[in-house]
Amino acid sequence: MLTIIKPKKTFNWNDFREIWQYKELLYFLTWRDIKVRYKQTAIGILWALFQPFMTMVVFTIFFGGFAKMPSDGIPYPIFVYSGLLFWQFFSASLTDVSNCLISNKGIITKVYFPRIILPISSTVTKFVDFFIASTILVGMMIYYQYTPNLIGLLIIPLLLLITFMASVGGGLFLASINVKYRDVRYVLPFFISMMMFITPVIYPASIVGKYSWLLALNPMTGVIKASRAALLGNAPINWELLAISGIACLILLLVGFYFFKKTERYFADIV
Amino acid sequence: MKPIISAKNISKKYNITHEQGGYIAMRDVLTNIAKKPFAFLKKKVGKITGRTTNEVFWALKDINFEVQKGEAIGIIGANGAGKSTLLKILTGITPPTTGEIKMHGKVASLLEVGTGFHSELTGRENIFLNGAILGMTKKEIADKFDAIVEFSGVRKFIDTPVKRYSSGMLVRLGFSVAAHMEPDILLVDEVLAVGDAEFQKKCLGKMDEVTTKGGRTILFVSHNLIAVQKLCKRCILLEEGKIKMIGETKEIISKYLEKNTNTKEINNLGADKDKEIAFTKVWVTNDNEEIIDNINVNEKFKIWLKFDVNKDINTAEISIFLKNLAGVNITFTNLSDSFNKKFLTLKKGHYTTSTLINENFLIPDDYLVGISAHIRGVRNIDLHDNIMRFTIIENGSTMAPYRSMANQLSCVFSNAKWEICPTK
Repeated sequence: MLTIIKPKKTFNWNDFREIWQYKELLYFLTWRDIKVRYKQTAIGILWALFQPFMTMVVFTIFFGGFAKMPSDGIPYPIFVYSGLLFWQFFSASLTDVSNCLISNKGIITKVYFPRIILPISSTVTKFVDFFIASTILVGMMIYYQYTPNLIGLLIIPLLLLITFMASVGGGLFLASINVKYRDVRYVLPFFISMMMFITPVIYPASIVGKYSWLLALNPMTGVIKASRAALLGNAPINWELLAISGIACLILLLVGFYFFKKTERYFADIV
Repeated sequence: MKPIISAKNISKKYNITHEQGGYIAMRDVLTNIAKKPFAFLKKKVGKITGRTTNEVFWALKDINFEVQKGEAIGIIGANGAGKSTLLKILTGITPPTTGEIKMHGKVASLLEVGTGFHSELTGRENIFLNGAILGMTKKEIADKFDAIVEFSGVRKFIDTPVKRYSSGMLVRLGFSVAAHMEPDILLVDEVLAVGDAEFQKKCLGKMDEVTTKGGRTILFVSHNLIAVQKLCKRCILLEEGKIKMIGETKEIISKYLEKNTNTKEINNLGADKDKEIAFTKVWVTNDNEEIIDNINVNEKFKIWLKFDVNKDINTAEISIFLKNLAGVNITFTNLSDSFNKKFLTLKKGHYTTSTLINENFLIPDDYLVGISAHIRGVRNIDLHDNIMRFTIIENGSTMAPYRSMANQLSCVFSNAKWEICPTK
């Protein structure tokens, strides 16, 4: 085995092979995050169910009940939950990926490994949360007697992929600047909660009327609309919108990845 | 034979930013741009056209060396000489600015004991996590798990979260994992600075075993010259980012200690006005107060210190310590001891003090003087290590017959009384 150390280029195809070599570390970091997360809370793994469920209940009472928010003829609880599920996956991954370099400072400055493993492991952890939380959706679909069509089920992985690209793409970019500018992480939660209101999570996109194309600029719009269309069948899937979201997220991922690789070599020096 | 590590022209450049300490805030950057858009533009344009250049600092410059298989090589040097930077480059944590290093075989690094330990996880879980971070596979860790636990001596608490461990236990656990890595090349930083003396010895022993029996290569960075001497046959001496010397450890260490240690009289100690106590002068005299640097073994001599007290202080202590050129501490003496006190009360002003060292106490050898003003167990006020050097000359002591090897046999004359009587 020969190791060669020399000045780093921004990009190298070997980097992908290296990620594969470090797959066990990726596994252990993910395992650590999941383990620690559920060790620190009293109710353990139930927390992953409790949190989205309570959010759904509160939103249903206030937005669905008091504010009488329209929901395209779907019962409000299941309407808002289907949106929340993807939204929480997106916002939690984005937050975690943005902070992953700083929260793992201790190992970045002491050991070498491909840094890209950290954001990947952060997202994988959120995938686990997503699957746990989605059991509630399954329960609600049974309760409200919704049967998803076959395309609906097949499209879920695609929606997850788009969400993944959006959160990791944005997260990689934010993680890189977070290392240098430490105030970024204080702005981020505010920014994310603002974003939820320009995403049709608690309201249907149709509410905005003829300006709904504006919402389409937000890639999560396409994902959430498509998930409702597929699972609840309230409207046909808007493939065009989904394609725009997909391409936008892919570009975001590539830009984020490029930026991350470009700044990667300085992480250990400035983190 | 082909070297296992070969480094060619390694340099590392840092850009110096004149930020007022701490981290840069995006807010400040943005407000600066908004306030002075033209100044910002000018700076950017200047950077692009190459008219203004950043202030740069070369932490390492043109480092070349080779290490053979099975060798343990030490890297020593003063603070800021570039030891840690070199190690960080070798481990790949930060890339070099120029140059290339080739390493044949599996490389593992140990810059810290217990890297990545998570306080919420149990000892067992942390062994796996830490092992993976150090580059071991899951199978490897599982195979060696029992040996790791055995070596660490914390078997009883293996399923307890490590937040309940004492710091000693944590270090032991961390080192045990590290000690069971099986790399061809091991890069080790100052990790032995932690842990109790007993455990340090165990670690050194383990590392020694790794090189001699396992045929592994170790690159060892340390301030602990005794450890370096024990472990490494060869050493690299770094000075201001450059290699000053490569050679036999013994030779390098004495060169390193000799450097900057003048003889006879030292005047330029800085006399820092911000410190409560600041040394201004050190010198050595014979009993008649004539300045000398060579002392006969059967002569008394005095070490003198001059210092300023810049602020009244009532818990101070002034100490002198002596080392030989191998870096072994020989003796340590406190000013307050002569007054049967725990510490000294000193009013603002200038002071001169001297300590008388008896004849036939130090064996003939070269010695380095260190001086310290401190508050016992709290902090150093003014510390100068290896500040001056003097020689004790052999002129017919009881050690004379052993001559050249005298300093390997003893550090001081014990003046112990023997008795003998015939027995049946």
